[in-house]
Amino acid sequence: MQLAVWTYEGPPHVGAMRVATAMRGVHYLLHAPQGDTYADLLFTMIERRSARPPVTYTTFQARDLGKDTASLFQNAARDAVERFQPQALLVGASCTAELIQDDPAGLAANMKLPCPVIPLELPSYQRKENWGAAETFYQIVRHLADTSVRPAPREGRRPCVNLLGPAALGFRHRDDVREIRRILDLLGIDVHLVAPLGASPEDIRTIGAADFNIVLYPEIGDEAARWLDKTFAQPAIRTVPIGVGATRAFINEVAALAGVDPALALDDPSSRMPWWSRSVDSTYLTGKRVFIFGDATHAVAAARIAHEELGFTVCGLGCYNREFARDIRIAAKEYGVEPLITDDHLTVEEAIAAAAPELVLGTQMERHIAKRLGVPCAVISSPVHVQDFPARFSPQMGFEGANVIFDTWVHPLVMGLEEHLLTMFRDDFEFSDAAGPSHLHGHSKPEPVLAPAGDIVMTAEAAPAAEGDLGWTAEAERELRKIPFFVRGKAKRNTEKYAGEMGLAAITLETLYDAKAHYAR
Amino acid sequence: MSPAQASAIAASPRDGALEVLRERGQREVFCGLTGIVWLHRKMQDAFFLVVGSRTCAHLLQSAAGVMIFAEPRFATAIIEERDLAGMADCHAELDRVVERLLARRPEIRTLFLVGSCPSEVIKLDLGNAAQRIGARHLKGENGSEGVRILAYSGSGIETTFTEGEDACLTTLVPEMPAEAPGAAQSLVMVGTLPDIVEDQFLRLFAELGITNVGVLPARRAGALPVVGPNTRYLLAQPFLGETARALEDRGAVRIDAPFPFGADGTAAWLSAAAAAFGIDEMHVNRVIAPGRERAKRALERYRPALEGKRITFLPDSQLEIPLARFLATELGMIPVEVGTPYLHRAHLAADLARLPEGTRISEGQDVERQLDRVRADRPDLTVCGLGLANPLEAEGLSTKWSIELVFSPVHGFDQAGDLAELFARPLRRRDVLRI
Repeated sequence: MQLAVWTYEGPPHVGAMRVATAMRGVHYLLHAPQGDTYADLLFTMIERRSARPPVTYTTFQARDLGKDTASLFQNAARDAVERFQPQALLVGASCTAELIQDDPAGLAANMKLPCPVIPLELPSYQRKENWGAAETFYQIVRHLADTSVRPAPREGRRPCVNLLGPAALGFRHRDDVREIRRILDLLGIDVHLVAPLGASPEDIRTIGAADFNIVLYPEIGDEAARWLDKTFAQPAIRTVPIGVGATRAFINEVAALAGVDPALALDDPSSRMPWWSRSVDSTYLTGKRVFIFGDATHAVAAARIAHEELGFTVCGLGCYNREFARDIRIAAKEYGVEPLITDDHLTVEEAIAAAAPELVLGTQMERHIAKRLGVPCAVISSPVHVQDFPARFSPQMGFEGANVIFDTWVHPLVMGLEEHLLTMFRDDFEFSDAAGPSHLHGHSKPEPVLAPAGDIVMTAEAAPAAEGDLGWTAEAERELRKIPFFVRGKAKRNTEKYAGEMGLAAITLETLYDAKAHYAR
Repeated sequence: MSPAQASAIAASPRDGALEVLRERGQREVFCGLTGIVWLHRKMQDAFFLVVGSRTCAHLLQSAAGVMIFAEPRFATAIIEERDLAGMADCHAELDRVVERLLARRPEIRTLFLVGSCPSEVIKLDLGNAAQRIGARHLKGENGSEGVRILAYSGSGIETTFTEGEDACLTTLVPEMPAEAPGAAQSLVMVGTLPDIVEDQFLRLFAELGITNVGVLPARRAGALPVVGPNTRYLLAQPFLGETARALEDRGAVRIDAPFPFGADGTAAWLSAAAAAFGIDEMHVNRVIAPGRERAKRALERYRPALEGKRITFLPDSQLEIPLARFLATELGMIPVEVGTPYLHRAHLAADLARLPEGTRISEGQDVERQLDRVRADRPDLTVCGLGLANPLEAEGLSTKWSIELVFSPVHGFDQAGDLAELFARPLRRRDVLRI
């Protein structure tokens, strides 16, 4: 058993719901107990969908167990097909139904329903949401794709592609698709199909008509893309165009595969991020330590942007989806950090605290961890909350995505000028500690780094020194308080570490500045 | 359509007047695990450990929103594949998780092991586990107070939403100390209320002259009220059927009353308690008059917005019947259909009797057919869960999401206006928006 308060991913049937809800003309019959309908509100509330997800839950109760859960399932299937008239029916079990072994696939197959039935085997006790979404999409493509459909001859037509992976409840999927369509349009490439988002079973039937595939989100689209490559010899582009560099690479790869001129899309005048990042105000961003955690795709992309495009120092990199751990390991090696592969939020919290970053990029969970630690944070990956399904256009992909990312990540940081002012006027009444950090959400005051003034203050954390606790002299402590709050924690930690290594009994003013010199970058 | 799913209009043998539409089919409701979200706020030294699947953890996270991050006193022990391999292993795993948890959180005095659908289907005996682990924690370190370990089910197959609280409180009843022989008559107020509301009621009881008052659940494990044949209990919430039965098994006697919503509901509820304690009616009226007046004044502000408006409740918490009673008798709204997941006729008799003639009452749910009725009825306001609210709004129907009625302070005189506001606000918003 795993003790968990927070889970980065839901169960695999939620992944299946994300695919079903993204599509048109599909219905999902889920063998599940009463209560599993809670998942509907992820779509109606967080994503603000204006229709219920196309899911019928059998909602069996205790009194049904052992007698008629199977007939309950068949009745629900009949009613759902009659009421919704889907072009395809997905059938599967949630975690509880998996245990009662009713075999939804067999039960549905015996019913001679008037539409294709796609059974889903989603092992709830081993796998999670992203895997469930990938498996569901793969099964849909496998069952519905007409293997006799092939691209029309290339003479006299534009190249055409499928965009694979966008789904319901996907972080910025709506706007990423729009941005990628814009790029492809500049290149003179048609989009044959976007799937699962917005696709119908009939659309999936013709998936073989595209020249090649673009996998926007490997977590969801890769499984299907591999099968398509095998079955239709459709190659796949797997470079994820998040960040300026990655977008350029993506454009070059797509153009090469399609046989078009990449310059048509490369010289996009709306790409402002490179200049914003080179302008002098951004000098203060140099070397800022950033900790990155999320799904592997977004985390790896973020690390590249942080390192190459903003001049940050990546001080931590990790993902919660084990299936893509390899990508994280490769990237972590490149930045010289230890890869963090875990779905335990407490481990993530410990790693963030130990790395002492100046900016955290992560999920909704890291937003809360950062708030608790008093560190600025921006969201780069699911799971996210309602504010990250914005009304405005805000892609992560393409050149506009890079513009959005620059604004989003830099916003929570103290801007260069503000930082400068804080240092110069740190005793000024408006910049003093009492005023709190202006860049964090108003009510979250950072934890005081020190106890109220005393002659010798014992530190809260266990000191590394063997001789017992390290005390700060009153003078050193007063000096520490003058250091701006957003670097004070780090200064305190560094000083104590230094004093411990030197075997000092107390921390004086000297120690503070010796440590500063010792750790100077 | 199968006979099991066909709806039946069943007239109750006990009161020929009440027709209830009984439905079975797909239900759009929460399971009892959701009760943890407010129960853990109430019981300050309790911890709730769900033994379930990733789905259970995901549900709690979705329902608890940002509470997840304030070192919450609940968690899920997620069953994994290797736990399903053999039962003995499962118990050993549970022991390990519980010991780790108690070591980390020494301030916990009550630990609830909460059963889920998966734990019940694999027949993991949590009651047995609670006894086994509890035996080790009867006494804390150096003879300090130990940890009480209890088990109940919050599973969807057994419980709907607020029934999770019922199941939880039922396990506390055997833990209540027995009253001394020949003890004076005492009152127990039953059901989780926000602290502010609980305090208001306790002040009113004291003013009425009922001095011996306990609350279930208590804010701390050690503060459970006594129970016995001289105990009278008053339900503050309508979803406590099992808890009531357990209290009666220990000799306590229920005071029959409508639920304390609005000016009249609260007055009737307090008066019923006072009558059970033989308190002079003149005194009762003097004590409750100021609060009742305030509540009536507050409600008058909302009458223009709500009077004559038609309202439908979809089943959710069992609060539907008393709330419909309040809106109909105190604000002039017209209940079209009042759906409830479960109808306890005896506990709701006083509220049912006050509902307007012709109110359609439904128990259980077949959500698609019920939505067809909502579309046919086109009420001014539909009270429903968050899975249905936005889709109905998109169809042009105004909604009030129901969970808020469980989380917000809505009982008693001084919350009557706030309660009316919850229903008036979506209608006001519909009228002010020009987009």
